[in-house]
Amino acid sequence: MGGLRGTLRFFLGASVLLLGACSHSTSEQQTIRFWAMGREGEVVAQLLPEFERKNPGIRVEVQQLPWTAAHEKLLTAFASGALPDVCQLGNTWVPELTALDALADLNPLAASSPVVDARDYFPGIWDTNVVAGKLRGIPWYVDTRVLFYRSDLLKKAGFDKPPRSWDEWEHVLAAVKKQAGASRYAILLPLNEFEPLLALGLQQPEPLLSDDGRWGRFSSPGFRRALEFYVQMFRKDWAPSLSNAAIANVWTEFGRGYFSFYITGPWNIEEFKQRLPAERQRDWMTAPLPGPNGPGASTAGGSSLVIFRSSQHAQAAWRLIEYFSEPAVQVRFHELSGNLPPRRTPWRNKKLAGDVYVKAFFEQLERARTAPKVPEWERIVNEMQLAAEQVVAGEIDIEQATTVLDARVDAILEKRRWMLARKKSP
Amino acid sequence: MRVPGVAWAFIAPALLVIGIFFLLPVAAGFALSLTDFDIYALADLRNLRFVGLDNYLHLLGAPLFWQALGNTLYFVVVGVPLSLGLSLGAALLLHARVARFTPFFRTALFAPVVTTLVAVAVVWRYLFQTRYGMVNYALGHIGIEPLDWLGDPRLAMPTIILLAVWKNFGYNMVIILANLQTIPEEVYEAARIDGASSFQQLVHITLPILWPTLMLVGILTTAGYFQLFAEPYVMTQGGPLRSTVSVLYFMYEEGFKWWNLGTASTAAVLLFALMFAVTWTFMRMTKREGTA
Repeated sequence: MGGLRGTLRFFLGASVLLLGACSHSTSEQQTIRFWAMGREGEVVAQLLPEFERKNPGIRVEVQQLPWTAAHEKLLTAFASGALPDVCQLGNTWVPELTALDALADLNPLAASSPVVDARDYFPGIWDTNVVAGKLRGIPWYVDTRVLFYRSDLLKKAGFDKPPRSWDEWEHVLAAVKKQAGASRYAILLPLNEFEPLLALGLQQPEPLLSDDGRWGRFSSPGFRRALEFYVQMFRKDWAPSLSNAAIANVWTEFGRGYFSFYITGPWNIEEFKQRLPAERQRDWMTAPLPGPNGPGASTAGGSSLVIFRSSQHAQAAWRLIEYFSEPAVQVRFHELSGNLPPRRTPWRNKKLAGDVYVKAFFEQLERARTAPKVPEWERIVNEMQLAAEQVVAGEIDIEQATTVLDARVDAILEKRRWMLARKKSP
Repeated sequence: MRVPGVAWAFIAPALLVIGIFFLLPVAAGFALSLTDFDIYALADLRNLRFVGLDNYLHLLGAPLFWQALGNTLYFVVVGVPLSLGLSLGAALLLHARVARFTPFFRTALFAPVVTTLVAVAVVWRYLFQTRYGMVNYALGHIGIEPLDWLGDPRLAMPTIILLAVWKNFGYNMVIILANLQTIPEEVYEAARIDGASSFQQLVHITLPILWPTLMLVGILTTAGYFQLFAEPYVMTQGGPLRSTVSVLYFMYEEGFKWWNLGTASTAAVLLFALMFAVTWTFMRMTKREGTA
């Protein structure tokens, strides 16, 4: 026994020595720290071995953050100087971290890159990463909202094609509701989700904020038109006035025909495929969002990859971003996560080109439009939804709602105006 | 009186800990409430503005803050008496001589206190689901139309109160029960010999003896209920139409969702002032009762 233990100890000791020697011999090796969120954090682990094989000098250390804690973690890491080298960032957070001056300017790196070609990216998505003329992130995957609909119920109501314009949409909604009866609805618009109304607002010619994001402009005729269109869906009983907490299970309800239209994002393709019963699988489809006159715009969401200014390994971090941006890697990333690529080349791959459900997204992405890029946006859009909810509940009318909303948004943007005025004057 | 140096040395560790972990943060919080500390100030301290009492004036003029305050008071005014009443009732029932299986009921009634709120919230959301929930199903049998418990702004707060009361009453019940068990049987016996009915025994013996305990749990429960947060956070996220936003929830949103730490600290100071006033009034009431 004693002999065996001794031998073991010898081998252990020797391997420790060897390991030590290894790390000494490659002292020029760099370790970059990469923060990724949610599902992506799990999936990237399978993409990294190939990157490390191609770039023997770089080792990537992934840390996985849950989405719910990510924002706070980023801000505290910024305050304590503990940010990683490269990070996945929801693209609505890019303006906020730019305001903190935490993000590196990627213009010079992207300009000379053989892989990252701005022209290949969907313009609306690329644009979310350009704040005040500087490129702060490279899109990693995209998220936009389209219509998911029950093709069989539409057919029953007399339509074999999804609506393309608001007029057509109204006709279809009215007909579907007529078929569905009092206890069912034509469309589900959860009252605590701002994306549908935001998409309708982005379809309008007027911007939602004016003068470089200094003032709210929700009382513009365009947004009022969008709000009216949104509210009438509840007034006419096409949509139930429910928050999504009141819907026990959207997939089951969709399968049962509780509603025929649902505005949602790409992750739901996989969910609908898995959760709808087999006999319902031929009865649903996706379509681009209808606009006021013909196909309309939608939101430009998704995640970007950013490099923090505090990073000592910006070059190595950029290599990682380039690797994730390679079309072949993006196809593989799509296979692993279901996320949609932000550039057009990977969409030619037959896996994506042959998928009937993602086709609507491809079309929609060409018309994805950026929301105003101010750090306060998330709060503003929450206020917008609250105002809409109040109109739906009948507490205030559209006129009041947009006026109050503008006043609230102007108050939220007060600090920003002060900052901008100060930046100019000194 | 002179406090000798040795005494200072003895309490120094405790004072130090209280100073660093309590007094200092409180002072810092108050200082923050006089500034507009936000995301821009986090980037560069030169973006911090000293605003004096502006935050206070702004909050006191903000309808959303008043709504949050109103919701909190609603929760406290309805929730505390309901919770105490239920605790007292349950304790009296468990203590009653005719009660059977008391260990089982005691455990069952105390169980909600020790279960995790998040797990409970999931179950409650199913129970109160509009179309498939058990509650509406049961109400349907007695001819009541389905109610949108968590989606109707008039019903959401009552539902939250129900959840909070159910979740918390067991704790006070155990305290009251412990006190009940210390009341000597002889007192009741004497009362019975004098011909006192059960109700008279309750009003003239049990309640006066319990009074200090009831006051104590009353104060603790009120202070706790003023800090309503977790229930709306897990059940309704403050909705519908902000009908379940409490002051603490408002503070959380300002501070950690929108990173306006100045406004959030102001809300904290105001809530503290309110709770202090209410608790102090309670204490005065007990003292007067005690001397009377």
